[in-house]
Amino acid sequence: MLDCTPKERKERSSGGIINPAKTCQPIGAMYAALGIHSCLPHSHGSQGCCSFHRMHLSRHFREPAMASTSSFTEGASVFGGGANLKTAIKNVFSIYNPEVMAIHTTCLTETIGDDIPSIIKSAEIPEGKLVIHANTPSYQGSHITGFSNMTKGMVSYLAEAALTVKKEQVNIIPGFVNPGDMREIKRIVKAMGITFIMFPDTSGVLDSPLTGKFSMYPNGGATVDQIKDSGNSKLTLAFGRFAASDAAELLAKKCQVPATVLKTPIGIKATDAMLMALRRAFSQEIPAELEEERGQLVDIMTDTHFHFHGKQVAIFGDPDIVTGLTEFVLSLGMKPVHILTGTPGGAIGSGMGSFEEDITDMVSTAGIKANVKAGGDLFTFHQWIKNEPVDLIIGNTYGKYIARAEDIPLVRVGFPVLDRSVHSYLPIVGYRGAMRLLESISGALLDRADRDAADEDFELVM
Amino acid sequence: MAVTEKELQEILEQYPSKVQKNRKKHILIKDAEQMPQVIEANTRTIPGIITNRGCAYAGCKGVVLGPLKDMVHITHGPIGCAYYTWATRRNKAKSEEPAQNFINYSFSTDMQESDIVFGGEKKLAKVIDEVVDIFHPKAITISATCPVGLIGDDLGAVSRAAEARHGIPVLAFSCEGYKGVSQSAGHHIANNILMDRVIGASDLEEAAGKYPINILGEYNIGGDSWEIERILKEIGYTIISVMTGDGSYEELRNAHVAELNLVQCHRSINYIAEMLETKYGTPWLKVNFIGVNGTAESLRNMAVYFSDPALIEKTEAVISRELARIEPLMEQYKKICEGKTAFCFVGGSRGHHYQGLFAELGIETVLAGYEFAHRDDYEGRQVIPTIKPDADTKNIPDLHVSADERRFRLKLSPEKMEELKQKIPLSYYAGMNIEMKDGSIIADDLNHFETEEFIKILKPDIFASGIKDKYVVQKMGIPAKQLHSYDYSGPYAGFTGAVNFARDVSMGFASPTWNYIVPPWQDEPLLTGTVNEEGVG
Repeated sequence: MLDCTPKERKERSSGGIINPAKTCQPIGAMYAALGIHSCLPHSHGSQGCCSFHRMHLSRHFREPAMASTSSFTEGASVFGGGANLKTAIKNVFSIYNPEVMAIHTTCLTETIGDDIPSIIKSAEIPEGKLVIHANTPSYQGSHITGFSNMTKGMVSYLAEAALTVKKEQVNIIPGFVNPGDMREIKRIVKAMGITFIMFPDTSGVLDSPLTGKFSMYPNGGATVDQIKDSGNSKLTLAFGRFAASDAAELLAKKCQVPATVLKTPIGIKATDAMLMALRRAFSQEIPAELEEERGQLVDIMTDTHFHFHGKQVAIFGDPDIVTGLTEFVLSLGMKPVHILTGTPGGAIGSGMGSFEEDITDMVSTAGIKANVKAGGDLFTFHQWIKNEPVDLIIGNTYGKYIARAEDIPLVRVGFPVLDRSVHSYLPIVGYRGAMRLLESISGALLDRADRDAADEDFELVM
Repeated sequence: MAVTEKELQEILEQYPSKVQKNRKKHILIKDAEQMPQVIEANTRTIPGIITNRGCAYAGCKGVVLGPLKDMVHITHGPIGCAYYTWATRRNKAKSEEPAQNFINYSFSTDMQESDIVFGGEKKLAKVIDEVVDIFHPKAITISATCPVGLIGDDLGAVSRAAEARHGIPVLAFSCEGYKGVSQSAGHHIANNILMDRVIGASDLEEAAGKYPINILGEYNIGGDSWEIERILKEIGYTIISVMTGDGSYEELRNAHVAELNLVQCHRSINYIAEMLETKYGTPWLKVNFIGVNGTAESLRNMAVYFSDPALIEKTEAVISRELARIEPLMEQYKKICEGKTAFCFVGGSRGHHYQGLFAELGIETVLAGYEFAHRDDYEGRQVIPTIKPDADTKNIPDLHVSADERRFRLKLSPEKMEELKQKIPLSYYAGMNIEMKDGSIIADDLNHFETEEFIKILKPDIFASGIKDKYVVQKMGIPAKQLHSYDYSGPYAGFTGAVNFARDVSMGFASPTWNYIVPPWQDEPLLTGTVNEEGVG
């Protein structure tokens, strides 16, 4: 497995990527757009992109992922795609009848410079229907950038500050997380007794039930009215600097809704921070139910600390998720020694902070010297592991090749997970999500200990 | 069960008029009395229609080149294209030289904004240098993506310079996603360069074994090719190369020494099949290793071609032994499948090939079609002279080859050739339509709307297609079988494959989960008990 990857590391300065730890913008935009109720994402480009992105979402969620495309031909690529897009808009509304079409672009349409707003203006849009858009050039940032850009698109097209006094409600921008995570965040905010608007919200869309009837626009998704009303909220909580902060900041600028940017609430510390932010802003006490969950989590962490304390771990994936995971494993006494994201730091739409600085701060505070890289690839990640082996890898499905090559257990977290099921229904955020992560981590390590133990060392109780 | 012209018209009338006019030509109701029925195919996709199609890059790099395991395939573009063709198609490969097997890798120039603005040639050249320095591959391919053609990067110049620097072939493929109208353009582009630069490039003049053959258009999805090779080797064939499942650069270079080329996927590889015949005089035979009957018939046709009594005898021996082995296994599954109906909508060849296997299980195909096949795949190769290239496809270059002065050799006398053509599909493919039952639907570039509408009318028991529509159809309570990825199972080809397929399809029907779709409370009133005349309990 991966026998061509040498242990010896050579300087690679070409900027090329071998085994990416990111993909391109439009899939993130498509995912975000599916988080609007009765919305059909539309890919303005040649149709290969749209098929790839739908396929990938379907493989991760095991769900339909609907989207239309402008289906460029060579002619349109040279002379502009205005006619294709106008035809597409007409066809989509008359055949598929969504409430909203959310258009994103590809490297093709960005390179030729199609002016989407003016094409939309001259298109036939039925009364009461909406078309929004986001520019999502694949040659900038990653899929996380695309998610951020489409979420920004929602704010710039829809959010309105209609009231002089803000409502006692919070906007939640959950970032690029699974529907199960969005459900969990909503449950926590509900438990706090706080009114909220979450957008985008793919719960109910990409985890919809099997009822015997296919619904092109399932029950889930933030409604257009909710997103409009987000301009009237008292506060926006944005989870994840890379995926969520830009939209929150735009909402602050456009509608004067103050933004608080927090880490994706993975693990005890980040979940505490989320609850404290809500408590402070809305003067709501933390309900006993959540305090009990927190205590249960601490109980488990304490009971099982010897399963993972001091274990070396390598983490890769999307920057907001990796940041949360790093903080969590540190709180367990683990040693994250290789930490990598494919998303470049500082790309447009990826927030202001630096992934590398953040992570290096966290690990060095814990007295750990780690390899940390933004904009890296899994070839580099694998070489790090070859040179400094670890006890565990945490990352998406692509980590399975390295895990097998180096015989290291893998805990699948993040996007995409293509080779296991159920993951998108269950959260990794909040105290409950942390419990689930803990179960996975200690399960992986103990399965491995069982596998490796000599017969005489094989334990019943661990 | 069939769709009437009136029902079809009702479906189409829901479209805007322009769309209606277009789609009408892409859908046929099979009627043997109306033969030849002309279908429109390989034309541009209607924007916004929700097609299943992909692009030329997918057809070139994803389908044809990707399986070649000992070449490094570099995608010149932003990251997505390389990422989505990384291990997603299940073209299996194993290697005697693990350090030269790149099948689990993805290489990209990861173009950034500055590369779009200032051009990506320098970066591409550096990436090639780096790849050679780290991996020492025998050969490299470069595949272009959408923006490459637009910004004018000259892949030919970069690859020629890299060849001079490193002394290995560096092949450039101008398979920008917007070329043509589907994956099909990519097949053609890949065929041209492989023929021009790789096939016949070795010094080998004669095959080292008896009955040397190439298997063309077989990508070893889920191990299909290995099952086919198992059977062929046992009969005594020498397999020179497989294009391109578990294929290698080294093997492909020897393809000119074969005595016969087998064509499994006509759409993706017929260009090379034709060119091999022109250049080296090697005829091709349309085979179908999907289904028990298809496999047996293909083996018998091959034996007829070589006309060697010992080969014919061995062929029959292997067929009867295999049949004896698998028939009892197939029997148990037939009991589950008998009397059911299927949709069979796949890329450019399986829409046809799997109908025979379905029929062997007692399943009737009531709708079939292709994403991106051409008219010859529907109607047969005799229509090729009547196909007019349109504006979207005529910029896909044709490679013109001529007879190789040194190596061209007629493998059969013209008389023998003519005689065989009467018996076996030699250098000919009759297409899908002819085998379909009257009243069944033939749909080209089927879209989401039509999928739903045809399901409402035909109520198939199983929907065989791809990942994008699998879950759509399952939500309706209908089993869906992926015929691209085989739902991560396989092989489905050959004799063993037929059993695997029968098992998997039966599982789809027999799974108890379908019984739980309706919750019990929907079948039972909330309040039970007797109600008297006045309505007071």
